[in-house]
Amino acid sequence: MKKYTNTGSKDTRSGYGAGMTELGQKNENVVALCADLIGSLKLDDFKKNHPERFFQIGIAEANMIGIAAGLTIGGKIPFTGTFANFSTGRVYDQIRQSVAYSDKNVKICASHAGLTLGEDGATHQILEDIGLMKMLPGMTVINTCDYNQTKAATLAIADHHGPVYLRFGRPVVPNFTPENGAFKIGKAVLLSEGSDVTIIATGHLVWEALIAAEALEEKGISAEVINIHTIKPLDEEAILASLAKTKCVVTAEEHNILGGLGESVARVLSLNNPSPQEFVAVQDSFGESGTPEQLMNKYNLNNQAIVEAVERVMKRK
Amino acid sequence: MKRNTQQLQSLSIQVRRDILRMVHAVNSGHPGGSLGCTEFLVALYQNLMNRKEGFDMDGIGEDLFFLSNGHISPVFYSVLARSGYFPVSELATFRHINSRLQGHPTTHEGLPGVRIASGSLGQGMSVAIGAAQAKKLNNDNHIVYSLHGDGELQEGQNWEAIMYASAKKVDNLISTIDLNGKQIDGATDEVLPMGSIRAKFEAFDWDVVEITKGNDIEAIIAGMTDAKSRTGKGKPVCVLLHTEMGNGVDYMMYSHAWHGKAPNDAQLETALMQNYCEGESDY
Repeated sequence: MKKYTNTGSKDTRSGYGAGMTELGQKNENVVALCADLIGSLKLDDFKKNHPERFFQIGIAEANMIGIAAGLTIGGKIPFTGTFANFSTGRVYDQIRQSVAYSDKNVKICASHAGLTLGEDGATHQILEDIGLMKMLPGMTVINTCDYNQTKAATLAIADHHGPVYLRFGRPVVPNFTPENGAFKIGKAVLLSEGSDVTIIATGHLVWEALIAAEALEEKGISAEVINIHTIKPLDEEAILASLAKTKCVVTAEEHNILGGLGESVARVLSLNNPSPQEFVAVQDSFGESGTPEQLMNKYNLNNQAIVEAVERVMKRK
Repeated sequence: MKRNTQQLQSLSIQVRRDILRMVHAVNSGHPGGSLGCTEFLVALYQNLMNRKEGFDMDGIGEDLFFLSNGHISPVFYSVLARSGYFPVSELATFRHINSRLQGHPTTHEGLPGVRIASGSLGQGMSVAIGAAQAKKLNNDNHIVYSLHGDGELQEGQNWEAIMYASAKKVDNLISTIDLNGKQIDGATDEVLPMGSIRAKFEAFDWDVVEITKGNDIEAIIAGMTDAKSRTGKGKPVCVLLHTEMGNGVDYMMYSHAWHGKAPNDAQLETALMQNYCEGESDY
């Protein structure tokens, strides 16, 4: 299988901050909004370089979403920044009416998604956000896997007209996708070809999928690994092409099993090519306090869980 | 060309006829608040706002208006149509299937004149603030207007917005509160007493203008002209517009009962007889 190298671990949110720094210079219509989390969202440079285009809203996320919607009227491209929980669940109706239904060009950028937020616990660890956002008509939903991809996605969504939910995280994780690589919204990335099983992963689980594929190779199982960074619109063609070959799939995500990437993949398969599927995801529960690594292990969101899921799904072929 | 007071009064009667006929035709919609805000919206669109010909979403180089209490869509649609944004005949499609005139206003169907969806309450002031701040970034020296129900102020997002607008000196914004003292379940003082709304806005450091005769065209123009003169001075401006829900129809006034109820055939006839209009014609 194709090997990937960690070129130096970084947090995905820093990729967002780097993307915003670059966008600030490149696109004068880009404005950044933040709800009292400049440091967490890595927006210090944008604020310093473009104070007139930086809006500190305070701890008032509903107001932030509304102001962002209003800023589009006049041609601005607002990027809102706060934790994933406060970017979605807290402001669902504001996003639904003022952004999605009103077709406003707002980029909802969400850090600290999922269990890997860690010690703060379940109040802050949203595992339902992908489901909430993908149900909104017209909303593009992106979940990036490393620093480079998060930076590339941040740049790409500025050129896409329409509401976008961009989800990334807090922890330092391997950085392995190409620096300054192209980011095509809605286009899956085939990371490694294989013939026995397809592993479709998103976000922090993509690196785990690559480790799992190496372990499977040693066991004589050839795994195809696909990085789905865009959950909506979903690259159905890539999924079906891979399944035509491998006939079974494991999906892996740092999200509730209900409403996430796995269910989107299952819909595509049930309509086109019903196939055995196993889900690596949180089993309809809240998270808890702990280190990111402890939590990912306790909730079975790691390479070992992916290997076990592959072994289960292969038996169902 | 601005219309004189008499012409604005005639147009207000015609708008009331539109509202009544629209909600009667589909036996649904919200006549009470619509009738109460008729003179205000007529004066705003026909006298006070600096508007460009035609409609584009960005609205650069003109004043903007945002309706936050979207349920009074009948008055909004009638005034937009009679201000040239879309054909008056389209008012007949209000709340029908495949219409651009949805129950609550939306941009989704591409109706000219509407820049944001509203209906779920409490969101419009934040949007208006964002549009006002975009105007500042664009060096666009025009005013953003918004309208809100008094009951709507019970939604918490308003107070986030009210706090922010003064803190950030959003002084190209005039937010008007329709102070009719009524909401679906009864008087605002019974449902959830809000105390002095003036004192609350002043405590949040807004400049407050009061229009005690909110259904009087001349009083509205005088009050709003005063409000306009206070923009650009470091504070957002709040207008407290005292109105009568159901204004112009005797059996609808002085009650919350007609907030969201349509008149029957006989009631419509009575209401139209009370609003005879010369010089304009029904859709």
